[in-house]
Amino acid sequence: MNRNEDIQELLESKEEDFVINIGPQHPSTHGVLHLKVKLQGETVLDVQPHLGYIHRSIEKMCEASSYRNFIYLTSRMDYLSAHMNNQACSMAVEQGMALAIPERAKVIRILMSELTRLASHTLWWGALGLDLGATTPFFIGFRDREEIMDIFEETCGARLTMNYNVPGGVMYDIHPNFQKRVHTFLVNFKKHLPEYDQLLTGNVIFQSRMQGVGVISAEDAVSYGCTGPVARASGVSCDVRKWFPYDGYENAKFEEILETGGDCFSRYQVRVREMYESVKIIEQYIDAIPEGDFQAKTKNVIKLPKGEFYSRVETARGELGVYIVSDGSMKPYRVKFRSPNFSNLSALKHMAVGGKIGDLVAIMATLDLVIPDIDR
Amino acid sequence: MTNEELKGFITAHTPEAVFEESQYLNIIVPAEKFRALAKHLREDAGTNCDYLISVSGVDWKDHFTVVYHLQSRKHKHVFVLKAKITDRLNPSVDTVSDIWRTAEFHEREVFDLFGIKFNNHPDLRRLFLDDTWGFPLRKDYVDDVTIVQL
Repeated sequence: MNRNEDIQELLESKEEDFVINIGPQHPSTHGVLHLKVKLQGETVLDVQPHLGYIHRSIEKMCEASSYRNFIYLTSRMDYLSAHMNNQACSMAVEQGMALAIPERAKVIRILMSELTRLASHTLWWGALGLDLGATTPFFIGFRDREEIMDIFEETCGARLTMNYNVPGGVMYDIHPNFQKRVHTFLVNFKKHLPEYDQLLTGNVIFQSRMQGVGVISAEDAVSYGCTGPVARASGVSCDVRKWFPYDGYENAKFEEILETGGDCFSRYQVRVREMYESVKIIEQYIDAIPEGDFQAKTKNVIKLPKGEFYSRVETARGELGVYIVSDGSMKPYRVKFRSPNFSNLSALKHMAVGGKIGDLVAIMATLDLVIPDIDR
Repeated sequence: MTNEELKGFITAHTPEAVFEESQYLNIIVPAEKFRALAKHLREDAGTNCDYLISVSGVDWKDHFTVVYHLQSRKHKHVFVLKAKITDRLNPSVDTVSDIWRTAEFHEREVFDLFGIKFNNHPDLRRLFLDDTWGFPLRKDYVDDVTIVQL
């Protein structure tokens, strides 16, 4: 079947098109994404995302905040990767201060990042099942996520917007129970992981809704600026942890997961396999947290020299870039967040056009969009 | 290529280019020369910048720059290409959305928040805000009610 010819045929036909609005309060859209979809029968002819429902102008607010304060705003962007967002900002400020952070802080940051990745992927896995009409995955995903949230709550004092990273390291030391609880979690989670495959991966109905749907080639994925699991499912190697290692990831032993299908099922498999890799990294570091300071000494008021600083981390959804322009004062002159979801969303139209409207929901679910990160 | 070789390579194509070094090599070109150089960096086998990471606008009060972070997967290098726009009343620069398709969205964002027009952009509409809003990331946009200066 040639997709392009089919679309051309439909475009030329005289039947009237049908335009429907999905969202911003539709249960399958995850947050306030509004899609204007042009249909002919069930075939998608055009998808236009309407953004801005949750635009808070975080970049403008950053210009009015100090270098310590603006980090906390970023927890509210991709709230499922809050820890990594904070880390990217802290790293950009540390780069400007030419500050080296203690080894202990680096390891704590890695552990927290990978736990966040697990929490994010389990939530995505549950929500994906829900989108496709299965209710059980949601409870299974949340059962494991809940345990991670409890660990965060104990050490960071918050479950979602952790605000645990500060320039120079982390805000306070890990809770005495941290290691014990992570061990308990790992035992449970490793027991639970095969259930994920049993429930969804091998399911025939699930597979037929995912395979060959929403295909994007490696070249297109690069041209659309896709990063993270979306690009890696098309065979594009782009893991920032491997390409531009930061905060000690150069010593972490893990594999970059690559699939070649480029369809929804490949994106699904990349994320599920990434959970195993995150478990590997946590196991490597949980008993090897070095002694010492958890924070380097910094001045109360941070001033960055005149110049530009760019830092990048791998969040659960792809590459987050933080671009700071400094004029030498106490506040950033300009802050730009290159958010992974924003670029991934731009590929949605390419994936969805020519498919059925039911597939659109599957595509959105495997893109794993977090809308506050797009609108900022 | 080393940074020195790159500078030579770029000067040979665009003599007006000005260089700055931060963590990456910064290349500043006038807005009207920008598109040709961007295309050259994308297509030449020696640079091969296939990833457009981000597009950001910066308001320098007397002029604007549009900052493009480019990356090559083959050579593993990152460039920062800046288009300098001196016309503050009617700022514009050529689009690169046909070279990197992700630029379509990124340029709409810059248009929305800075009011910089991208010539030949296929669908230049505001992205987040409605049409009556000002351009909030410009330095002369003041909002005393919702943004409290420390």
